[in-house]
Amino acid sequence: MPEPAGEARELPVGGDPDVSGGVDRRRFLTWLVAAPVLTIGAKAALSGPRTAQAQVPKLPQPAEAIDQDLGRQLQLANLPTEHMVRLEVLEDSTVRLHLHRMEVGQGIATAVGMMVADEMDIPLSQVDVPLREASPELVFNQLTGGSASVRHLYRPVRQAAAAAREQLLGAASQQLGVPRGQLTMDDDGRLDGPGGPWPLGAFTALAANYELPTNTLIRPKRIADQTLLGTPMRRLDAEEIVTGRRRYTMDVEVEGARPMMVRRAPTIMGTPRAVRNADQVRAMSGVIDVVELPTGIGVVARTFGEAEVAKNAFDVEWNPGPMAGTDDDDIYDQLRRQQLPLAVPGTGPVLGLVDSHDFEFTMPFISHAPLETNTAIADVREDAAEFWGGLKIPIVALQDMAREVGLSEDQVRVHVVPAGGSFGRRLFHDAMTEAAIASKRLGIPIKNLWTRLDDIRHGRGRPHSVHRLRVTTLRDDVLAYEHRMSGIALSGEHGLGEALTATAGRAANVAIGQALFAGVVKCPYQWGAVTQLLNEPNELTMNTGSWRSPYSNAVRPCEEVVVDELAARTGEDPLAYRLRMVGDGRARAVLEAVRDAGDWGRDLPDGVAQGVAFHQEYNSYSAWVVEVDARDEAAPKVTRAVGAVDVGNPLNPSGLEQQMLGCLADGIGVALRLGNHVRDGAIVESSYSDFKVTKQRDFPRDTQVIVMPANSEDVGGAGELGLAGAAGAVANAWARATGRKVRSFPVSFDIDFDVVPDVPSHPTFDA
Amino acid sequence: MPDYTFTINGEQRTVEDVPEWLPMLWVLRDLLGITGPKYGCGVGACRACTSHIAVRGRSGAFEEFQPCVTPASACEGRSIRTIEGLAQDGELHPVQQAWLELDVAQCGFCQPGQIMTATAKIAERGDDISDDDIDEIENICRCGTYGRIRQAIKAAAGQQVERTANQPGEARLAPQEDIPAPTGLPAPLNEVPQPGDGLGNLLEGRDGPDEELDDGDAGEGGLFGGALRRR
Repeated sequence: MPEPAGEARELPVGGDPDVSGGVDRRRFLTWLVAAPVLTIGAKAALSGPRTAQAQVPKLPQPAEAIDQDLGRQLQLANLPTEHMVRLEVLEDSTVRLHLHRMEVGQGIATAVGMMVADEMDIPLSQVDVPLREASPELVFNQLTGGSASVRHLYRPVRQAAAAAREQLLGAASQQLGVPRGQLTMDDDGRLDGPGGPWPLGAFTALAANYELPTNTLIRPKRIADQTLLGTPMRRLDAEEIVTGRRRYTMDVEVEGARPMMVRRAPTIMGTPRAVRNADQVRAMSGVIDVVELPTGIGVVARTFGEAEVAKNAFDVEWNPGPMAGTDDDDIYDQLRRQQLPLAVPGTGPVLGLVDSHDFEFTMPFISHAPLETNTAIADVREDAAEFWGGLKIPIVALQDMAREVGLSEDQVRVHVVPAGGSFGRRLFHDAMTEAAIASKRLGIPIKNLWTRLDDIRHGRGRPHSVHRLRVTTLRDDVLAYEHRMSGIALSGEHGLGEALTATAGRAANVAIGQALFAGVVKCPYQWGAVTQLLNEPNELTMNTGSWRSPYSNAVRPCEEVVVDELAARTGEDPLAYRLRMVGDGRARAVLEAVRDAGDWGRDLPDGVAQGVAFHQEYNSYSAWVVEVDARDEAAPKVTRAVGAVDVGNPLNPSGLEQQMLGCLADGIGVALRLGNHVRDGAIVESSYSDFKVTKQRDFPRDTQVIVMPANSEDVGGAGELGLAGAAGAVANAWARATGRKVRSFPVSFDIDFDVVPDVPSHPTFDA
Repeated sequence: MPDYTFTINGEQRTVEDVPEWLPMLWVLRDLLGITGPKYGCGVGACRACTSHIAVRGRSGAFEEFQPCVTPASACEGRSIRTIEGLAQDGELHPVQQAWLELDVAQCGFCQPGQIMTATAKIAERGDDISDDDIDEIENICRCGTYGRIRQAIKAAAGQQVERTANQPGEARLAPQEDIPAPTGLPAPLNEVPQPGDGLGNLLEGRDGPDEELDDGDAGEGGLFGGALRRR
């Protein structure tokens, strides 16, 4: 906690925080925290029951839901709870914002901390941004996804901070007998005026009971008056991270919690039928107990190391999973068979004017594989239960946990812990469900940790898809563009669907996949009649989930390849072609920025080439120019990447650059070598040794990200923005460097490794 | 089962009744509560657990190792340093400092391992550590912080590093003047409704907020009615 800045003087006027407060207010404050603090927001919610059915919002009318993208749909769903920002000013002058979003590395907590600091004119170091526990009164407003968090919180967080500032200044003015206009904030975050300065916390108790005059205008600063927002700032948790003090779920100390690992089936979604040697396993080193779960057989032990060796010793008979006997090619064939038809007939060349061009692309399954595997802690007692985990939709997790352990939602608490990456994985809480079942059955708190092998073979990922495209051209213009995506269904069982369908409009009557597809997939080019349709055949069942930039990460790279091939047809430069085809000035500006900074068109040796791509989503724009060296055919390498990003209002350029570079790393993977194979109903890859995520040597040494200056007070989405374009640009550069066409992603995707068996040899046990 | 004694971050620690094959990662994490080294794969591939171990026979010399694939028995009597032991006397190690200054981390889960690997690499290759040396680093970062890791390693080795304009402490974007009013969203989403803003009118589609503040009639029970009470 930051100390109050030095030289602060004692308050000249005493004040009893409880003197003017009524019963309600006192109760409210003590209910919230023990010490007197100034709390802004959340009052309505906290004075009611915790589950707050009464809070179910009046939804905006469909007519208001114009120009929908996924982010805006979520924003509209959250409008009625938007004010429930929980901001506290503590007596030690710390300003604490309980973040109702999940931090998995995207920098949300830092950007939100910056909003608070800027609005209150305090140093960023004075702001603390812990993650808020699952709070059902927020309804849909505790969901992290759709690149929507910073975009949505920008207004309500600044509003709450502005209110807190006015409340403090007003209370100080009253107590000190100094006109409000003579009070300011100094550079150290102290309140200053005649006789000052004083630490902010000196007024906390007073402000908690101070009522602003009726005519007080609380309006957050306009962009021109902001001093911190818009400047690059370091992550709030940076020092915790570099010293190893940052706590992820498995680092949380829960009294008496025991490690559990689960033996899982050899096939995807296979289930246990019988265990033949449970007693033998019970007798192994460190083993405390074994427990049957719907997903496998768990071993609880003194250490995870002992749990792992013991679970691998189980002799289990398995029921095969739904994909048993299925390989990648079977999946692609099935998806092709159920492709929705194209509407425009394929004409072929007509009179040398009109022509039609057909394309087909395939995209493999890709595991999320965040570096922290699937984890959760459960402590289930008879009349209460507590859970810890990295969760992007903790309210749904809380509801599911209550149901799972047979308690009411009021008896369950779910703590949200920062996670070691997500990429969409933490929308789900399957590890928590396993921990809940085990803790309830065994009567002890359980720490559940998935092995990496399980995380890849039984975890979730982007489903396979087949893309069929037909482009009908008139000379060098496009008359009609059709894209049909057929993919294994994206799971929406985590509750995102409820938030989406709540926004009415077209989302109401379609399945989650269709709603999501409609909300995220946009063709950015002025191409006559454009149709993009999705079909998700229900014959195929895998553990799927939104993977960074869902649908767009598959649809858009295909389209960017098509753009290059259309330009090549008439000999037009692919960057110039895009400049001609994109919709508006912001799009052209990012393309021009990468053209200039990326030295587009410069001379390169044979086998080395540039590629370009453009992508817009969530009211943001991005473009990449990359260079690929494909002279070593087996190991194509991205050697340079220049990106440009326009998010309307860049709040923290450092975090924004990081998101773009992270998207670049994933985009390189999607284009060149990232993916999972399915063979006989099981995922082939087992760890980072064979699942080829981008490594240091795969990442270009020469990178640049151009952050376009603010051109709006609206903030666009940023966390997924750079991915589809990076993948497209790398694919295009590879194609130009090799002279080959990209049709199946990624371009380098052989099983060139020894497949690890489902019970692998143990690195220290079997040796 | 045997007992083992190690020196960890300068402190002697003993664990009892431990199977000789137990990976050192679980000795550290589950028996000693040292959680800086992370589990990411258990097979030495991701290197999130990377720590340092004293080189036998060379006083003061450390090398990196992966506790997830190193049995406890192999560490008996040896001196081990985890990320928690890298800072000395409250002073961050230059590699940690560089990581901070260049704002390397995203989710942070791999960074203890990255920092321990980088520290060993710089110690091994010296201050003229090259890009090719850095390319040898196998540590996985799923967030893709590789570019800033490369910069931070060079900076920690005392090499000149060109920061990007987007990193902390360097060129700052000036506050933007003449930014147009928010656009593109339904009006109530753009403009923070205030008492007297005429929210009802906005919802009916009128152009913008009323300029005149009207004390306390339209605001009661508006969108922010619960956030702040006004008399």
